[in-house]
Amino acid sequence: MSLADPDMTPVPRQIPDRLGSPAAKLLKSWESLLLLVAVGVFILNCFASPYFLDAWGLSDATFNFTEKAMIAFAMALLIISGEIDLSVASIIALCSTAMGLVMQAGGGTGLLVLTGLGTGLLCGAFNGVLVTRLGLPSIVVTIGTMSLFRGISYIVLGDGAFRGYPEGFAWFGQGYVFWVITVEMVIFTILAIVFGVVLHKTNFGRQVYAVGNNSTAALFSGIRVGRVKMILFLMTGLMSGLAAICLTSRLGSTRPSIAAGMELEVVTMVVLGGVSILGGSGSIPGVVIAAILMGLVTFGLGLLNVPGIVMSIFIGCMLIGVIAVPRLIRMARGKT
Amino acid sequence: MSILKHRETLLVAVIAALLALIASRFPGFVTPRNLAAVFTDTAPLMILALGQMAVILTRCIDLSVAANLALTGMTVALLNTVAPDLPVVVTLVLAIGLGAVMGAVNGILVWKLEIPSIVVTLGTMTIFRGIIFLISDGQWVNAHEMSAGFTGFPRIEILGLPVLAWIAILAIAVMALVMSRTVLGRAIFAAGSNPHAAAYTGIDVGRTQFAAFVISGALAGLTGYLWIARYAVAYVDIAGGFELDVVAACVIGGISIAGGVGTVAGAVLGALFLGVIKNALPVVDVSPFWQLAISGAAILIAVAFNARAGRRQGRVILKSAEQAA
Repeated sequence: MSLADPDMTPVPRQIPDRLGSPAAKLLKSWESLLLLVAVGVFILNCFASPYFLDAWGLSDATFNFTEKAMIAFAMALLIISGEIDLSVASIIALCSTAMGLVMQAGGGTGLLVLTGLGTGLLCGAFNGVLVTRLGLPSIVVTIGTMSLFRGISYIVLGDGAFRGYPEGFAWFGQGYVFWVITVEMVIFTILAIVFGVVLHKTNFGRQVYAVGNNSTAALFSGIRVGRVKMILFLMTGLMSGLAAICLTSRLGSTRPSIAAGMELEVVTMVVLGGVSILGGSGSIPGVVIAAILMGLVTFGLGLLNVPGIVMSIFIGCMLIGVIAVPRLIRMARGKT
Repeated sequence: MSILKHRETLLVAVIAALLALIASRFPGFVTPRNLAAVFTDTAPLMILALGQMAVILTRCIDLSVAANLALTGMTVALLNTVAPDLPVVVTLVLAIGLGAVMGAVNGILVWKLEIPSIVVTLGTMTIFRGIIFLISDGQWVNAHEMSAGFTGFPRIEILGLPVLAWIAILAIAVMALVMSRTVLGRAIFAAGSNPHAAAYTGIDVGRTQFAAFVISGALAGLTGYLWIARYAVAYVDIAGGFELDVVAACVIGGISIAGGVGTVAGAVLGALFLGVIKNALPVVDVSPFWQLAISGAAILIAVAFNARAGRRQGRVILKSAEQAA
């Protein structure tokens, strides 16, 4: 049927006077749902424990998510582009071990920071080269490097530990910018803005979505797919290095088991934030709210004396639930 | 097919070379008695790798096997402290059944809700571990709390090999039959190599994936009992991180993570390769702390090698264009 067909009587079609208003769209979005849940958890926490509403306590609670969220921002972009990095926690272990070695050799705070970031970049580059140059599936590559990176830490440290980081180094994980605002919180906020702008307002951000939706089409429209993915792996490595600096500084020691299992929490944070694990969609505001939500849940359960491993049940259920519930609702709607 | 065969012979050659290298300095390592001990020690890894193979063949991955193993193991151990006289057969059936139920949970989520398997099993992995803590209250179940029949079963020797090794051999034989001689085995390969084509030939891809998860879960449950009985201790973190060894064994064995390509022999040889390394490290006086890095490097080398071998085949033209992207 073409419009030029003279015999065809034009069928009146209902066209809505206006499109759904941006406000309504915003209200129905995944992010506002998350925000609602986060506010709900916050209020519940207030009732659950009299110790919850305390500026210093809340400030301490932010450590539950700031380090993970730093990685989660980069991981969000990586997952949107259709890849994944399961080696992030092991990168932290390797960066922390490298910093420990430099510290033992007498390196100062500046050198320690450079070592952490540099090692992170190298690890990211290693993953990136294997995925983009050799065309290997990122999930297997990063399961391999997950063992390899942490394995190197174990070779260096065995059952030992590095201690005695210089005093200036403690600033990253234990310092305050003013009053209760921690250094990590400031880094978290700056990164949230930077990653938000990069993903949602730049050419590069559009390219990330394009690659994730259809990498072949992206290639044919002139996007250097390999380079985009390489940059994202480098970014994830760099952010893991930064998280390693903060975590090492906060703990004041390095063990090869540092940050064990953190990759799971980072992926959960990203998926909870509404990023599709299959790639192609997601937003940074979603990840920010998901990070805060996870921090609130962990902190609240901690105040109620729930052991850490039981919290992991909640996190596991959240991971599956956030994907399962919308699908269940859609299925129920489809049937009626 | 000849390339696939070539791959397994290559792996056999690598393992033989490895054994020869160790034997040149430590002849005691290659005595039949010690090799049997290495085989027995690798039995749990082999059994789990067989289940993982079925799952990976259908383009999924099961990261919850180690947690499944630990939860089943803890459950039967606790049951044993309550009812020490329960026959071993009942324990075995219970363990396999419980494991299969956990596998079915994964399978249902993948089949009916179409959630990516990596998300499902990452989630259930932590949930299963958490449940172990809840049922055991964080306590250990120690050797003296388990009955002699419970812990002794995997060690009973038949024809010079312990029951544990015989169960592994039985599992290999059954899986070899299932994969090559049954409708399910065909369906698993078909669903993995081309889901759309499989659907057009009347194969329910989702249900096939579900079946693969149930197989993986059942084998994990079986291993759960054998593991707890062999080491005579159960606690929350038992076999922590073992799922990576299982995936590593499959990848080293040439099972393609993209689905549809792999053999039972590959999974077994991949597991044996890791088992030989693990058992040889203390013999050649290398710190056991090297093991993690070595298995990581082995995964990377194996996956790079697989990709090259797959590319040489040049089977699917369009797919290689996609990969180049």
